[in-house]
Amino acid sequence: MTDTQTWTADQPIVRITDVHKSFGAVEVLKGVSLDVMKGDVICIIGPSGSGKSTLLRCINALVPINKGSIRVEGQEVHDPKLNKLELRKKVGMVFQQYNLFPHKTALQNVMMAPVTVLKQNKTEVEARAYALLKKVRLEGKEPSYPGELSGGQQQRVAIARSLAMNPDVMLFDEVTAALDPETVKEVLVTIRELAEEGMTCLLVTHEMGFARELADHMYFTDRGVIVEHGPPEDFFANPKDPRTKEFLGQIL
Amino acid sequence: MSSTTDLPVLLPAAQRLAERARREREVGGPIPRLTARHGAWLAVILVFSAGAAGAQAGAAQESVLSIMLKWTPLLFQGFIFNLAISFLAMAGGTAAGALLGIWQISLLPPVRAGSWLVTQFFRNAPWLVLLFFCMFLLPFQVEIFGVVIPLPDWIKATFGLSLPVMANVSEIVRGAIQSIPSGQWESAESLAFNRRQTLWQIILPQCVKRMLPPWMNLYAILTMATVLASVVGVSEVMTLTGQVLSAEGGRTDLLVPFYSYILLWFFIYCYPIARLTVRLERHFVVKT
Amino acid sequence: MEGFFAWFQWLYDETGINLTYFYDSFDRARMIGGFFTTIWLSLVCLFFSSIIGIVGAWLQGSRLVWTRRIVQGYIQFFRNTPPLVQMYFFFFALGNLLPRVKSEFGFMEPMLGNFTWAAISLSFFAGAFNVEIFRSGIEAVPESTREAAESLGYNRLQSYLYVVLPLAFRVCLPALNNNLVNLVKTTTLAYAIAVPELLYVSNQIWSDSVNVPEMMTTLLILYVALVGLLVWAMHRWERAIRVPGYGT
Repeated sequence: MTDTQTWTADQPIVRITDVHKSFGAVEVLKGVSLDVMKGDVICIIGPSGSGKSTLLRCINALVPINKGSIRVEGQEVHDPKLNKLELRKKVGMVFQQYNLFPHKTALQNVMMAPVTVLKQNKTEVEARAYALLKKVRLEGKEPSYPGELSGGQQQRVAIARSLAMNPDVMLFDEVTAALDPETVKEVLVTIRELAEEGMTCLLVTHEMGFARELADHMYFTDRGVIVEHGPPEDFFANPKDPRTKEFLGQIL
Repeated sequence: MSSTTDLPVLLPAAQRLAERARREREVGGPIPRLTARHGAWLAVILVFSAGAAGAQAGAAQESVLSIMLKWTPLLFQGFIFNLAISFLAMAGGTAAGALLGIWQISLLPPVRAGSWLVTQFFRNAPWLVLLFFCMFLLPFQVEIFGVVIPLPDWIKATFGLSLPVMANVSEIVRGAIQSIPSGQWESAESLAFNRRQTLWQIILPQCVKRMLPPWMNLYAILTMATVLASVVGVSEVMTLTGQVLSAEGGRTDLLVPFYSYILLWFFIYCYPIARLTVRLERHFVVKT
Repeated sequence: MEGFFAWFQWLYDETGINLTYFYDSFDRARMIGGFFTTIWLSLVCLFFSSIIGIVGAWLQGSRLVWTRRIVQGYIQFFRNTPPLVQMYFFFFALGNLLPRVKSEFGFMEPMLGNFTWAAISLSFFAGAFNVEIFRSGIEAVPESTREAAESLGYNRLQSYLYVVLPLAFRVCLPALNNNLVNLVKTTTLAYAIAVPELLYVSNQIWSDSVNVPEMMTTLLILYVALVGLLVWAMHRWERAIRVPGYGT
C-alpha cells in the first residue's frame, strides 16, 4: 500500500475519501471526503458533536477509522501495517487542552519527542528548541513549568512542541477554545505566522474572523457529514445550505 | 469528582467522605491518622498506669519503672526487628505491586485480567491468613543452584506481609495511572511516543507525586500490622512483651504500662511519617 | 450426600489430598461451626459497632466540651493502634479486672467468654470509624433540605426519617462498606484469644490431621470468596443508590 514514492507535491498532501467512524452504535463520521494541498490552510467549522475533532484525530491515527481512506503524502493511514512513527513525524497536532507534560519545563516539553523518539542529538535539539520557543515569542520562559504559564503561553509551547518534529502538516483542534479572550490573540498570531510561512494547516475553530481572514478553504460539518465548503469569501457571504446559514447566523 | 451543580444539595462533608472512602479503598484498609495529641495521651496513660501499678505493688516488689527499664533493651531489639520486617515487606511488596499495577493497564487482555485477579485475591484475603499461609507452606530452606538458603520464620512472615502490600500497591499504581488525563496519552502519541515511552517518561513520572501519600499510608498500616507476626510466633516486640510479662509472674497490672510503652514507640516512629504524608497531600492538592 | 463425602475419602486414599472436613463428620462440624462463628462474630460486631457509631456521632454533637473530647479520644485510640493490641488489652487487662463467677458446673469462670471479648473489642474498633462516618454523613445534609421537607408538610421526625437520614445513609455507604469489609477481615484476630472462628478451627484441624496445605488453601479460598462476595455485593448496592454527581 505504500506508494509514498509516487506522491508528488502537486497532489493533495492530505486526501480524505469517504471516511466513516463509529463509537459503538453512534456514527460520528458518515462519509467525509476532503483534499488538502500543500501550503493550504483549511478551516473546519460546525456545531459541537459534528465530528470535527474526530476527523482530525483520524488523520493522525489517534483513532482508527471504520471505512474509507485517509492518505497523508500518499501514505494510507488506515492501514494496519502503517508505520505510525513515520506518520507522526509528518503530522503535528495541537490540542484544545494544551496537554503539555506538567512535570517537564517548557524547554523539555519541546525537546522531549525529538530526543526520546527520534533519538536526535541533544545539543542540536536544544538549540532548535530555544529557536522554536523564540519563534512563538516565549523567550525567557524556557525553564518555566506548564503550571507557571498562562493558557495562551502553554498553547504556544504546545505549538512549538509539535513543530520540533518538523511536521509537514499541522492539525489544530479548537486550540483557542479553552483560552481567555485576551490570550486568544497571541495564539492566533502564532498560527498566522506559521500559515504565512507556508505550513499546511487544518484548523477546527470557532474563531470566524480568523478563519475568514486566513483560510484558503472553509468546510462546514454537521452530524458527521460535510454540508458545505468553499473559499471563505463565498462561504461567509452567501452560504447555500440552510444549516450553514443557521449556524453562521447564530455564531456571527 | 466535581459536582455538576452549584446548589448545595449536599455539603462538603459528603465530598470529604467520598474522598476518604476512595483513599481507604486504594490502600485496602483504614488509614491511621496520628496527631500529637494521640502521643500525649499514650504518654499520660503510660505514666498513670505505671503509677497505679507501682502503688498496687507495694514496697516488697520491684518498681514498675525499673522493670520497664530492665527489659527495654530486649524489647527495643524486638521493635527494631518489626521495623526491619516492615522495610523488607514494603520493598518487596512495592516492587512486585508496581509491576502488577502496570500489568493491570496492559493492552493484552489476559495479562490485564490475570493481574487484576491476583490483585483482588490478595486484597481480599485477611492479612493474618496470608501470614499463616506463608508461615506454614513456605519451606524452611530453599536450594538454588546447589546453594541452600535457610528461610527463618521472620523471612516467611516478611513474605506473608508483602503479599497484601503488593496487592494494595498494585491498586495505588493503577489508580494513579488512570487518574492522569487521557490528553497526556493522546499528545504523547501524536508526538510519536510509543506506549512504553509514554508510560515511563510521561505518565509514571507524573504518578509518583500522587502515589506517594497513599504509599506512605500503606507503610503506616504495614508497620502496625507487623505485630501480627507475634500470632505466628516470630519473636518481634509483641511476642517479647508477652514473654517479659510472663517472666515477671504474669502481673496483670503491668499489662497496660507495657502495652502503652510499646504503642508509644510505634507512635514515635509513625508520627513523623504521618505528618509528612499530610504535608505531601496538601502540597499535592494545592498544586493541581 | 454420603457418596459425595465418600469421594473425598477416596481422593485422600488415591492422591493424598486430605480434605478431612468433607469425609470426617467431626471435622465437618468444626469447620461449619468455625464458618458460622466468623459470620456471627461479624454480624454481632456490625450491629454493636453501628450502635456505637450512632451514639458516638450524637455525643460528638454535644454542647459539653468534655463529652466531645472523650469521644474524640476514643476514636483516636482505636483508629491508631493495632487491633491486635486492642484485643489483648480487652481480653487480658479488662478481662482480669472483672470478677469470676461460678459456672453451671460449679467451676469458677471468667464472667465474659472469649467470644464476648472478641465481639466487644472488635465492636469498639469498628465503632470508632462509624462515629466519624455517621457524623460526616449527617453534616453532609444541609439544614435547608430539612427545612424544605418541613415546608412540604413533613414534621420534624418525618423529615429526618424520610429525607435527612436516607440521604445521609447514601453518603455514608461507601465508607461504611469499607469498614465492614475491614471488620470481616479483622475477625481473624479473634484467633489470638482462642475464639473458635474459621482460622482457629482450621488450625485445630491441621494440628490433628497434619493436612496444613489443604487447610491453608481452603481457608484462603473461603476468606477470599467471602470478602470478595461482600465487596461485590456492596459495590452493586452503592452504585444502585448513589447520589448522582457525588463521589466516584
